[in-house]
Amino acid sequence: MAVTTMIGARIQRREDPKLITGHGNFIDDVKLVNMAHMSVVRSPHAHARIRSIDTSAAKAAKGVVAVLTAADFKGVILGPLPVSNSFVPDKKQVPDQFPIAADEVAYAGEPVALVVAEDRYLADDAAQLVVVDYEPLPAVMDIEKAMVPGSPLVKSDRPDNIGWDAAFPAGDIDAAFAEADVVLKQRIGQQRLFPTPMETRGCVADYVPYDNRVTLWTSTQVPHFVRLFVGGALGVPESQFRVVSHDVGGGFGSKIRPYPEEYLATAASKLCERPVKWIEDRTESLGATTHGRGQIFDVEVAAKRDGTLLGLKFTQLLDIGAYHGVFSAFQVVACLLGGGCYEFKAIHARSIGIFTNRMSTDPYRGAGRPEATHLVERIVDIVAAELGMDPAEVRRKNFITSFPHTNNFGLVYDSGDYEKSMDRAMANIGYAGLRKRQEELRAKGRYTGIGFSTYVEICGIGPSAATAPAAGVALVESSMVRVHPTGSVTVSVGTHAHGQGHETTYAQIVADTLGVPYDSIEIHHGDTGDTPFGYGTYGSRSLAVGGMAIMASCHKVVDKAKKLAAHAFEASEDDIVVDQGRYFVRGNPSEAKALAELAFASYGAGLPEGMEQGLEAVSYFDPPNFVWPFGCHICAVEVDPETGAVTIDRYVAVDDCGNVINPMVVDGQLHGGIAQGISQALFEEVQYDEETGQMLTGTMLDYLIPTMAEMPHFELDRTVTPSPTNELGVKGIGEAGTIASSIAVINAITDALAPFGIKHVEMPARPDRLWSMIKEARA
Amino acid sequence: MTQSVAVTVNGRRREDQVEPRLLLVHYLREVAGLTGTHIACDTSQCGACTVLIDGEAVKSCSVFTVQANGRKVTTIEGLAEGGTLHPVQQAFWNEHGLQCGFCTPGFIMAAAYLLKENPSPTDGEIERGLEGNLCRCTGYENIKKAVRSASAAMKGGTAQTTQLVGAVAAPVEG
Repeated sequence: MAVTTMIGARIQRREDPKLITGHGNFIDDVKLVNMAHMSVVRSPHAHARIRSIDTSAAKAAKGVVAVLTAADFKGVILGPLPVSNSFVPDKKQVPDQFPIAADEVAYAGEPVALVVAEDRYLADDAAQLVVVDYEPLPAVMDIEKAMVPGSPLVKSDRPDNIGWDAAFPAGDIDAAFAEADVVLKQRIGQQRLFPTPMETRGCVADYVPYDNRVTLWTSTQVPHFVRLFVGGALGVPESQFRVVSHDVGGGFGSKIRPYPEEYLATAASKLCERPVKWIEDRTESLGATTHGRGQIFDVEVAAKRDGTLLGLKFTQLLDIGAYHGVFSAFQVVACLLGGGCYEFKAIHARSIGIFTNRMSTDPYRGAGRPEATHLVERIVDIVAAELGMDPAEVRRKNFITSFPHTNNFGLVYDSGDYEKSMDRAMANIGYAGLRKRQEELRAKGRYTGIGFSTYVEICGIGPSAATAPAAGVALVESSMVRVHPTGSVTVSVGTHAHGQGHETTYAQIVADTLGVPYDSIEIHHGDTGDTPFGYGTYGSRSLAVGGMAIMASCHKVVDKAKKLAAHAFEASEDDIVVDQGRYFVRGNPSEAKALAELAFASYGAGLPEGMEQGLEAVSYFDPPNFVWPFGCHICAVEVDPETGAVTIDRYVAVDDCGNVINPMVVDGQLHGGIAQGISQALFEEVQYDEETGQMLTGTMLDYLIPTMAEMPHFELDRTVTPSPTNELGVKGIGEAGTIASSIAVINAITDALAPFGIKHVEMPARPDRLWSMIKEARA
Repeated sequence: MTQSVAVTVNGRRREDQVEPRLLLVHYLREVAGLTGTHIACDTSQCGACTVLIDGEAVKSCSVFTVQANGRKVTTIEGLAEGGTLHPVQQAFWNEHGLQCGFCTPGFIMAAAYLLKENPSPTDGEIERGLEGNLCRCTGYENIKKAVRSASAAMKGGTAQTTQLVGAVAAPVEG
C-alpha cells in the first residue's frame, strides 16, 4: 500500500542554496570568450517616419564592432514575428512586425539601430552617436478615438486601427433582460501595467560561422517556442539551434513571447561572427517589454429585485499597442469567463482589439482572468448596493453549485465548492463583527469598507481539443524520465521555472511515484538541448500538465520495472506488488528488489525476451479538460477622507487549488500573486503622454512597485476540492492570487466610500483620485 | 584614461586599473567576477545591488569603483563564513523568503546590515530598514518572516534549525 510521503510535504526548496549565496546563473552572468555587447537604439517618437539614419560617427567610435540597421538584416532575418490565434482566429488584420523598424516607427522604444561594441559602456556611448532623422507623425493614443473611421492611423500602411472585433453570444440575452427588475450599467477600466520581473530581459547569442549552428541563452519562460520561431526566422533547424534559459528572475507573462532582440542578437552574432550579449536596462524594459491589461469594459447587468442575476452584456475594448503581441488576443478569454462563478441565463460579450502607438499588450499574470473577475465581482457589488442587499447574500444566491458545470460558453468547470470557500473566508475575517464595527466607526466619521472577491479561473492550459482550434497550437506538455544504472533519476520536462520551485515540487512527485529517495532525483528544464519539446510555463499549467507528463513517464518506468521484477523472481507480472519503490511477489515482501536493483539489471544481459535495455520513458500529456481553481478573498480597508489614503487592515484569502504538492510553495505563489493584484488596485499604472506618446513612467521612480511597507499581512487558508481532471487531483496556483485580489481591494474601498454616495472606484485607487472623488461628493 | 584602485573584496585585496566612471556593481561583476550582486533598476530604487562597504549597506549601482578605493567590500558571496550560511541566508531558505531569487542577494545584504545595527527590530523597523529593496515575487510576507526568524536565531533564542531536505526524503514506513 503506497504511502504518500513527499506529495503534500512542506519541504525547503532545493533551488535556494545557490540563490541565497550568489551562485545563480542568470542571463547577465553568462560570459563567453570574445563576446561583444549590443546596445539598441530606440525610437524616441511614438509615431514617425524614418527619413535617414547616419551611423558614420557611431561606426568610428572607440571599440565599435558594427552598427546595424534594418537594411543589414535583409536576407538574414527571413520573416516577421509570430502572432498566435489565441481566442480570435479571425482577426481583422495581422500587420507584419519585423524585429527592427525600416522606414516607420510605431511606438516609443521600437528598435531602429544596433551598436555592437567591445563592452557595454562603449556600445552605449556609440549608440548616442547614431543620428536618426525622423519626421514625426500624429500619435494615436486614445482607443475610443482610434476606433472611429477616419482616425489617424497607427501605421500608415494599415486600412484602420482595428485588430479584431469578435462577438461571443451565449443564450437569449433579450429575454434575460426582459425579465429584469433592474438593469445597471458601469464602465470598468483595467489600466496598463508593467509586469516588472526584477530581472529585465537579456540574451547571449553565439552563432558558429560555417556550421549554421546557434546557442542562444535567453531569459524566457518558453525556450522551445524561442527555438522554433527564432530558428525558423534565421533558417536554422531545431537540430542545430539550442536555447538555454537557466535562472530567470521572474516572468509574470512578459517573457513568453519571442522578442525582437532575440532575433537581432542572433542575427548580429551571425553578421559579426562573434558571440553577442544584450542586457536590457530598466528604462528600456519599461518601454520594450510587453505590458499587461490596458482595457475598458462597458458592462450592463440585468437582475431581479431578489438579487437573482439574469443577464450580462459587455464589451471589452483592448489596447493592443502598435503591433499584435504574440498572445495579445489571449486576454479575450475575459469574455468567456465574464460570468464568474454565477449562474446567468445569458451572456453576450464582444471584444474589440484596437491598435495605438504604444508597446504591445500581452499576457500578464492572470491574462484575461483578473479582468473577468474584476468586472463580474464589481457588477455583483453594484447589484447588491442597488438592491440594498449584503454582497455575500447576492453571491450566495447566484453561485453555481453542481459540478461538472458547463458555463454559458461551453467551458466545463471541473469541480468546485464556492459557498464553502466564502463561508470559510467570512468566518476567518469575522464578517458579522466587522460589519458591526464598520457601523460604529461610520458614526464616528471613519470610513472602513469590506470587499469580497469570489473567483473561479481557468488554468492548466490546455487540452489540445480546445487549444488547437482556439490558439492554433496543441498546448500539451512533455517529459522524459531516465533511471540510471545505479538508481539515480534524471527528469527532463518542457516547462520552465522562474521562481515557481518546480525542481522541488516535481521531484516530490517523482519520489512518490517511483518510490526513490528525493535526493536521487534531478530535474532538468530550460535547455532545449536536453529536454523534449515542450510549451513552457504560463497560464498556471506546469503542475496540471507538466507534472502529469512526468507522472505518465514514471508510470511507464514502473510498468517496465514490474516486468523486470517478474523476470527476476520468475513470477507472473500480475503477482508483482510495488510498494514505495520495492518490488516483490505478493505475500513475500521480505524478498524485495529496489528500483535501483532493477535499473541496474535493465542495462545488463539476460533480459526478458524481446525487451530492450534501459529504464526510461518519454511522455506527452494532453489533459482532458482545463482545471478550475476558485476561492474567496475578503479585504478590509480604511480610507482617510482628508487625504484619500487607503490602509488595508485585513486581507483574508481562502483558495482551492485541489490537492497540494508543497504547501509552502503554494502559499508563496499566493502571497506574490495577491501583492500584484493589490498593487494594481492601489498603485500601478503605465502612463504615456496622451498627445506625444512619450513614456511618462520610464523608471522605477515613476512607476510604483510597492515596497514591504505597503503590503499587508496575508491571512491564508484553503479548502481542498481535488480536480477530477488529472490523477494528481491538482489545479494551478500561480495566478489565482492576482486574479482574485484587485477587486477585493476595490470593492472594499467602494464600500468604505458608500456614505459619500460613491458607487464605483477605478484603478489605481491612489490618494489623489479618492481625495478628488470625496471632495466632489461632499460639494 | 584609467585610475588604479585597491579594494578588499570579501577579505581579499585586489588592485585594478579602472575607468573613473566604472560603477562599483560593474567592477564587482565584470572585473572581480562576482555575479551574485545583481542590477535590476539602474536608478537605485530596487536594492538588488546592495553590498556592504566597510560594513555599511550601500547600493553598488550608485557608487563609482574609485569611491571604494582603499575600502572593504562584502558581497553576497562573502557572507557565508567557512561554508556555514549566515543566519539571514539560512532564514530566507527556511521561510521561503525567495522565489526567482534575483532580488535576494540585495535583500539578504540589507537585512544582514539591519540586524547588525538593530538585533531586535520591530515590524515597523524591518519595513523601514528594507524599504529600499524591491521584490516582485513574494509579496514580502516571507521576507518579513525570514528577518524576524534570523533576528531570533542571531540572538541564540528560538533558532530554526536547517531542515535538510534529505532528512525528510526517506519514505515513512506505513
